[in-house]
Amino acid sequence: MRQTFEHSFSLHVPSSNENLAMIRSFVGEIAQRANLNEEESLLLAVAVDEACANVIEHAYGHDATQQVTVRAVLDDDSIRFDVIDHGKGFDPTVVEAKDPQRLVKERASGGLGMGLIRRIMDEVVYHIVPGEKNELRMIKKRRHP
Amino acid sequence: MLLHLEGFLDAHTAAEFESTMQRQVDTNAVRLAVDCEKLTYISSAGLGVFMSFIEELREKGGDIRIGALLPKVRQVFDILGFTEIFQLFETADEAVRSFQEKE
Repeated sequence: MRQTFEHSFSLHVPSSNENLAMIRSFVGEIAQRANLNEEESLLLAVAVDEACANVIEHAYGHDATQQVTVRAVLDDDSIRFDVIDHGKGFDPTVVEAKDPQRLVKERASGGLGMGLIRRIMDEVVYHIVPGEKNELRMIKKRRHP
Repeated sequence: MLLHLEGFLDAHTAAEFESTMQRQVDTNAVRLAVDCEKLTYISSAGLGVFMSFIEELREKGGDIRIGALLPKVRQVFDILGFTEIFQLFETADEAVRSFQEKE
């Protein structure tokens, strides 16, 4: 019989960009437990960083008295990161992912984050529980040797 | 002009890089080589700084040329197709020399 397991870890930080480095360290620890290499680990950090930076800017408007929660769930088949906030509901998955070539022409500096998340993760789902919480769930399937 | 990036470039640190780039543009430095040998991380906020200046610099006859990206950082450029938009070089020296060869 195949043994199954599921481990869950959570990090709560004030909603400020200076905490993105701490969030990435947390992701790095999870990646290490999942035996990911340096490149894979960095990509997961990018995806979670982008999701949290969106929350800090759009859901909380840089209000550092608010909290961003990152929950990581590790099981046999996948690594899942949930980014949870209680701010203004902002569904990043409906934001059009623009072609970087077009953004260059527009001299834009933003608009890349969601495209990165989508390209890095295997599944991205956004849930709103009105008045309670917003949650961006990002799943990466694990490779088995 | 050769700029050196060190550490991580995310939503927290991108503003500093943006002002440095803006200062170069304001002083009419249009040929910018960026040494990324010590750049250990980049997110969309950092990529956004490169993206927002490139058109203006190219219009003025300049460019942003990137040298010595670590493989783990380069993959982020690759994912978004930035390796098609920016000229990348193995070393910072090569990025600098590429401007001289043009002259």
